[in-house]
Amino acid sequence: MVQSNGNETLLEVKDLKMHFPVTSGVIFQHKIADIKAVDGVSFSIKKGETLGLVGESGCGKTTAGRCILQLYTPTSGDVMFEGTRLNGLSSRDMIPFRRKMQVIFQDPYGSLNPRMTCRDIIGEPLTVHKLTSGKGEYNDRVAELLNVVGLNPYMADRYPHEFSGGQRQRIGIARALAVNPSFIVCDEPVSALDVSIQAQVINLLEELQDQFDLTYLFIAHDLSVVRHISDRIAVMYLGHIVEVASREELHENPLHPYTRALLSAVPIPDPVLEAKRDRIVLTGDVPSPMNPPPGCVFHTRCPVAIEDCQAAGMPELREVSPDHWVACIRSEGYGEY
Amino acid sequence: MDNVLEIKDLATYFYTHDGVVKAVDGISYEVQEGETLGIVGESGCGKSVSALSIMRLIADPPGKIERGEVIFEGQDLLKLSDSEMRAVRGNRIGMIFQEPMTSLNPVLTIERQLTETLELHLKMTKMQARTRAGELLEMVGIPDPVRRLKDYPHQMSGGMRQRVMIAMAISCNPRLIIADEPTTALDVTIQAQILELMQSLSKDLGTALIIITHNLGVVARYAQRVAVMYAGKIIETSTAGPLYADPRHPYTLGLLNSVPRLDEEMGTKLEPIEGLPPDLIDLPNACSFAPRCKYAIEKCTTEAPTLSDIGGGHMSACWRAEELAEIGVKVG
Repeated sequence: MVQSNGNETLLEVKDLKMHFPVTSGVIFQHKIADIKAVDGVSFSIKKGETLGLVGESGCGKTTAGRCILQLYTPTSGDVMFEGTRLNGLSSRDMIPFRRKMQVIFQDPYGSLNPRMTCRDIIGEPLTVHKLTSGKGEYNDRVAELLNVVGLNPYMADRYPHEFSGGQRQRIGIARALAVNPSFIVCDEPVSALDVSIQAQVINLLEELQDQFDLTYLFIAHDLSVVRHISDRIAVMYLGHIVEVASREELHENPLHPYTRALLSAVPIPDPVLEAKRDRIVLTGDVPSPMNPPPGCVFHTRCPVAIEDCQAAGMPELREVSPDHWVACIRSEGYGEY
Repeated sequence: MDNVLEIKDLATYFYTHDGVVKAVDGISYEVQEGETLGIVGESGCGKSVSALSIMRLIADPPGKIERGEVIFEGQDLLKLSDSEMRAVRGNRIGMIFQEPMTSLNPVLTIERQLTETLELHLKMTKMQARTRAGELLEMVGIPDPVRRLKDYPHQMSGGMRQRVMIAMAISCNPRLIIADEPTTALDVTIQAQILELMQSLSKDLGTALIIITHNLGVVARYAQRVAVMYAGKIIETSTAGPLYADPRHPYTLGLLNSVPRLDEEMGTKLEPIEGLPPDLIDLPNACSFAPRCKYAIEKCTTEAPTLSDIGGGHMSACWRAEELAEIGVKVG
C-alpha cells in the first residue's frame, strides 16, 4: 500500500478491484468468467498534487478512474475521499461528493451532447446542484467559466460541432469546473488533440490547478505528457500498479522492467540523443485480463523474468526507497540488461 | 545515390461545395535508395493526401491531382494508364495504412490477402504463394505463421494486424514503402515493436521508406531526412540533425517547443502555438503560418515565401529563415 507523507491526503484507494462478469447463454445467462480490469490497486493522492496514472490500453487505468468517481461500483476495496468511504454510499449521500469530484473525458467529440448548446452543457451541473438562482446569475457564471478556460462568452450559444477539438476540450473543462470541484479525474484529456493544441490544453490545466487549488488524477498512455504534468506517477499493467514514484525518481531510477520498457519506447524529438539511447523492445502483446498469467502478470513479456516470477502470486508493492514503490521480486537484482 | 522517388510541384485539390480545398499545394521532394524520409505535420496539413497522390488513390471527384510529376524509377506515375499504375501499386511501391482493422478485408483470411498480391504481381502458383505467405509472416515476427495464415483479421490484435500489413507491403520486394501513420493506433510498446521491425526490414531489403506521422519523436528516431508540412506545403526540410537542432521555420520551432519531452527539465513550461491551423479554402497569397507566427513581419502577409536553401541542403520557406538564428530563436 502506498502512503504519502507530508500533506493532507485527499483521496485514498485501498485494494480496489473491479471485475466485470462475462456471461453466456441466451435465456439462462450464467457467468463464465471475470474480466479483471482492476485487480487490487492502492494509491493515495495528496491535496493539490497531480498523480499521473500511465499504462497501455486495456491496463485498467480508465476503469480505476471511474471506480473512484463511483461511475462503476467496485467489486471490492475502498475509495476514501476526505476520510469518507465512497463505495457503499447511497446515491443521495453521494451527491455532495459528486460536486467535489469531476471528470474530463478523452474524446471531445463523443463526450459533448451534440444537441445541447455550449451554455447548456456548461450550465447543466449548475442546475443539477442548484448553484445559481435566476437566469442572470446562471448566464454570468457560464460566461465566467468560458473566460476561465479561454473561450469567448459570445460562443455560449453555439453547438459542439461548431468548435474545434481543442475548443471542445475547453468546454469539457469548463463543465467540470462549474461546480467548483477540488478533485478532477482527467481521463486522457489531450490524446485526441494535435500536438500544437495539446500544449495549449496542458498549459490550461496547469494554470487552473494553481488558480483553483485543484488535485488531479491524470490518466494517459503518453509518458512524456504524464511526466510533464504530474508530481508523482503510477505505472499500471494489466490491472495492477507495478511502480509508483515521484516523476524525477521514476525517470532517473526506474526499477520495474515494464517501466523501463515504457520509458525506452517513448521517442525523444532529438535525433542525436535518439542515436545513443538503448532500446528495450518488449515481445508479444498484453495478455487478456480475462485470463491473466499466473504469478506476476508481466512475466510473459518480461526480459528478466525468472522461474519464481511465475510461481508466486502478483508481487506486492514494496517501498524500496522513500516514496518509491515497486512490485517486482527482482527489482534489486537484475541490474542492466 | 540514386533517387527512387522524385516529386516535383505536386498539387492535389478537392472541389467541394464550399470551395476549392488545396490539400497539397505544390510540394517537391525526393527519396534516395534505402533512405527513410519522415514527413511530419498535424492533421489536415496534407501529409496523407500527398501519399495517396503518389499512389494515385485520390477519389476523383471530388479530388484531383492538379499538376506536378511523380517520378518513380524513371517514369512519371501520373502519366501511366490505370492498368500500368496497378502494376506499380503493391508491387514496386508498398503501402502501410494507419488503421490495420479497416485496411484489411474482414471477410478474407490473412492467407488470401497475402497470396492475392503474390499471384497477381509475381505470377506465383497457389502453392508457391502459400509457402511465400508463410515465410512473410515469419519475417514480420508472427509466431506460428502457418497456422496464423488461416486466421481472419478480427482474430488478431492490433499489433499483429499491422505486422500483416507490413508483410503485404514487403511481399513483392518493393523499392519504396509508404507508411501513413503506421503506429498511431497502437500502444507505445507495440509501436516500438512495429517501428523497429520496419527499420530492420528496410535495412535488410534495401527498401526506401517514407514514414508519415505527427510524432516528432518517431521521426527523430527512425528518419534520416525530414520534411515538415503545414497547410498543404512543405515548409522546412533537411537531414534530421540540423532540423531538430537548428530549426529555421517558426512552425517547426513551435512544434518542437510544444511537445513535452521525456528528458525535459522539471518545471519546463510548454510553449503552445497559439491559434488554429488555417482553413485550406481560399488561402491568401501569403505565408499560411503568418497569423500564428511570433516572428511575422509585414512581408509575410503580402507575399508567400518559397522553399529555399539556407545552406547544406537545409531548406526553409520563411522570409526570415536566415535571421532566425540571429534573433536568438532556439529549441527549448
